[in-house]
Amino acid sequence: MIRRLFSSPEGIAGTVILAVLTLIALAAPWLFPHDPLAIAGPALLPPFHDPAHMLGTDRLGRDVLAGLVHGARMSLIVGLAAAAAALFVGSVVGTIAGFAGGLVDEALMRVAEAFQIVPGFLLALAFVSIAGPSLPVVVAAIALGAWTGPARVARAEVLSIRERDYVAANRVVGMHPLEIALREVLPNALPPVMSLSSVIVAGAVLTEAALSFLGLGDPNRVTWGAMIAEGRAVLRSAPYLSIVPGIALIVAVVGVYLFGEGLVEASTSRRRYL
Amino acid sequence: MSLLDASGLSVTYAGAPAPALAGIGFSLEEGERLAVIGESGSGKTTLARAVAGLLPPAARADGTILWRAKDTPALPGKDIGYVFQDPSASLDPVVAVGRQIAEVVRTHDGCGWPESMARAAELLDRVRLPDPAAMVHAWPHQLSGGQKQRVAIAAAIAARPALLIADEATSALDTIVQAEIVTLIRSIVDEERMALIFVTHDIALAAHLAERIIVLKNGRLIETGPAAQIVGAPADPYTRMLVEASADVASLVEGGSAREEASR
Amino acid sequence: MNRALPLLRRRLLSSLPVLLIVVFGSFLLLEAAPGDAVDAYLVTIGGDAGLAAQLRQKWGLDQSAWARFSAFATALAHGDLGWSVAFSRPIRDVILERLPNTLLLMGAATALSFGLGSLLGIVAGARPGSIRDRALSVASLALYAVPGFWLGLVLIVVFAIELRWLPLGGIETIASSKTGLDRALDIARHLVLPVAALGFIYLALYLRVMRAGMAEVWRMDFVLALRARGLSRRRVVLAHVARNALLPLVTMLGLQSAAMLGGSVVIESVFAVPGIGRLAHEAVAARDVPLLLGIILSSAVLVVIVNLLVDIAYAALDPRVGASGERV
Repeated sequence: MIRRLFSSPEGIAGTVILAVLTLIALAAPWLFPHDPLAIAGPALLPPFHDPAHMLGTDRLGRDVLAGLVHGARMSLIVGLAAAAAALFVGSVVGTIAGFAGGLVDEALMRVAEAFQIVPGFLLALAFVSIAGPSLPVVVAAIALGAWTGPARVARAEVLSIRERDYVAANRVVGMHPLEIALREVLPNALPPVMSLSSVIVAGAVLTEAALSFLGLGDPNRVTWGAMIAEGRAVLRSAPYLSIVPGIALIVAVVGVYLFGEGLVEASTSRRRYL
Repeated sequence: MSLLDASGLSVTYAGAPAPALAGIGFSLEEGERLAVIGESGSGKTTLARAVAGLLPPAARADGTILWRAKDTPALPGKDIGYVFQDPSASLDPVVAVGRQIAEVVRTHDGCGWPESMARAAELLDRVRLPDPAAMVHAWPHQLSGGQKQRVAIAAAIAARPALLIADEATSALDTIVQAEIVTLIRSIVDEERMALIFVTHDIALAAHLAERIIVLKNGRLIETGPAAQIVGAPADPYTRMLVEASADVASLVEGGSAREEASR
Repeated sequence: MNRALPLLRRRLLSSLPVLLIVVFGSFLLLEAAPGDAVDAYLVTIGGDAGLAAQLRQKWGLDQSAWARFSAFATALAHGDLGWSVAFSRPIRDVILERLPNTLLLMGAATALSFGLGSLLGIVAGARPGSIRDRALSVASLALYAVPGFWLGLVLIVVFAIELRWLPLGGIETIASSKTGLDRALDIARHLVLPVAALGFIYLALYLRVMRAGMAEVWRMDFVLALRARGLSRRRVVLAHVARNALLPLVTMLGLQSAAMLGGSVVIESVFAVPGIGRLAHEAVAARDVPLLLGIILSSAVLVVIVNLLVDIAYAALDPRVGASGERV
């Protein structure tokens, strides 16, 4: 699988980007042991002038590079956690809906539809502003708007799987329907659901950035979105303060997409050879 | 002068271990009716597509096909009309049937839309669809399989090609409709003096429709000759097997040759 | 068009329970929020605990959760979204005042992203695997990764600060006495950058879906039949492949309108466009939860309406609608 991932340029580029980002995020406490939100030097130092502050400092004298490195942690954590939550909730709901059928299915799908007609970002805004900005709340808020896609795909898969022989056999053996659904059907329905993961991770990273851009991120942690918002105040004199963290964001999201495309290509080429 | 001369025709699809067609040669006269028979996988569709210039780009083709003794290939649609097996898969589902015929007229005759649409209605009448004036506005999904196949035939003959290829054109239809479509194809090629290549796995149908038959097996030419001879006195054991597998072939051959004699 | 009517009626009926779920969800969020409508009201009006108790009784807030919910839903059914603390006005009035700006922004951004996106998708999908296709795929992937608010800031830096071609923000020049065409042009000038920022992000999505859809249509059997009839490649691409691939793109418009409403929050905030997106941000900043929920409910209704319009458009484009009942 890994060799196949590296057989496409997308796969190679995506893997490299994500690996570097992960390393940076993991190494952040060693690379920049000081609090990235603390004042580190003179304010508004331009980039490439002071070797102690490679990318300069912001309006309050905080080191931009330290912020970027620590911000990578937040983006990756929130992106992965929110996507994992959305995928988990979505596949469980979808499996139950598809397996139970009838009224349960109808009700769950109506709820999913309700979540789809409400703009996910507005829902996240409302949720964070009511529950207060903290890491778990932000993760939950983003997942709230992202679980319907996986739920629909999981339901469609389950509908096609549930009449197959081994499911019928388990039914005869007398397994509880819910047990069949979660232990036999769900694992088989997962691959197509997982193929949504790169889009969901990327979307979660972008949503987190937008939330913190609007000041709804965890105030005690540095995020790329908050850095962009912070730079806005000096957009005229120091536009790089907003532009640089945005580029980091784009690189991270492109990395996720490329990795996802590489995975899709790897799995289709595997199918081709079978 | 032959209409079509093929020699040393070989086709290998990308990634396939064996060639789909190996060293086939045959010729076709103007107005001649030729049947290509064989089981599935025998290469008969590949042969038809190679003649019509419809092989996928990744397929490797060798050999020569001369069209009217020249090396310039026949133009799809203009010189060769092609009718496919699955009538529902040969029409664009979101374009009205009249327009799908008219665009062929427009492409090859160069006339405007109003004229092309009028010609499309004539063609729908030609393939004996009821109420052609209304039928031009019908959508593919509103038609039965047989009706769709008639539309496909109308589109195939829209530019009055010299050769019509019917690739299993009746095998997706039920028996009664099948007979109607066969009659229609026969009357069209007779009246318009078109040559016909009729690809089928049904040897009885081949004998009924064609003057000459080519038998293919695993991409190779097994036997070729006049229809009566192939069915009446097959030289190759494979052909004999095909003939014997087709129960009603004997009666058909007698009926068919009787009709031939009567027409002389 | 008549084919679509039964479908529309069914759609409309089926969206009612969905909207009811949205209302219920909003109610839950409202209950979870600290303070209630009376607290909110008294902040603006002023008053003591006695008045609060009196108002709670009058508004039915001292009753059971079920009674409170039915009161909430009944008020909504009458178009009453409640009272905004932040603006000291009925929420409905605040939203209706801001809505036209958002509709303008969204309409223009949708036209840009759908129009240009599908056009570039056709260019890419005309020859799958070609250099043009590869280049557009990579470009759209990168564009799809760009956060809208950041693109907005970059556009401001380039076109408003450096080049000074376009205004920094707002919907029109403040205190100008422009009328008629002049005013429309002024608004258009103000909308160029926000529309570009919002539209370009979603452009990438339409491009990718169009391209993927065309790649799928290319593999369909009828394309070979079209080739067999000798049609030009141009005709096959435009009249058939793109025409078929356009259908799933149209169905996307409905749910994309929800995403775009979300996206307009940051874009309107960046460009100071007084629409409901910026209003949502203002509601958050002022801790005005009922206002925020009012915006969510209105957005949901708006998305339902857009979906119905999309259904009508789809029925006009796909002759199969109404034949077998439901689409897809």
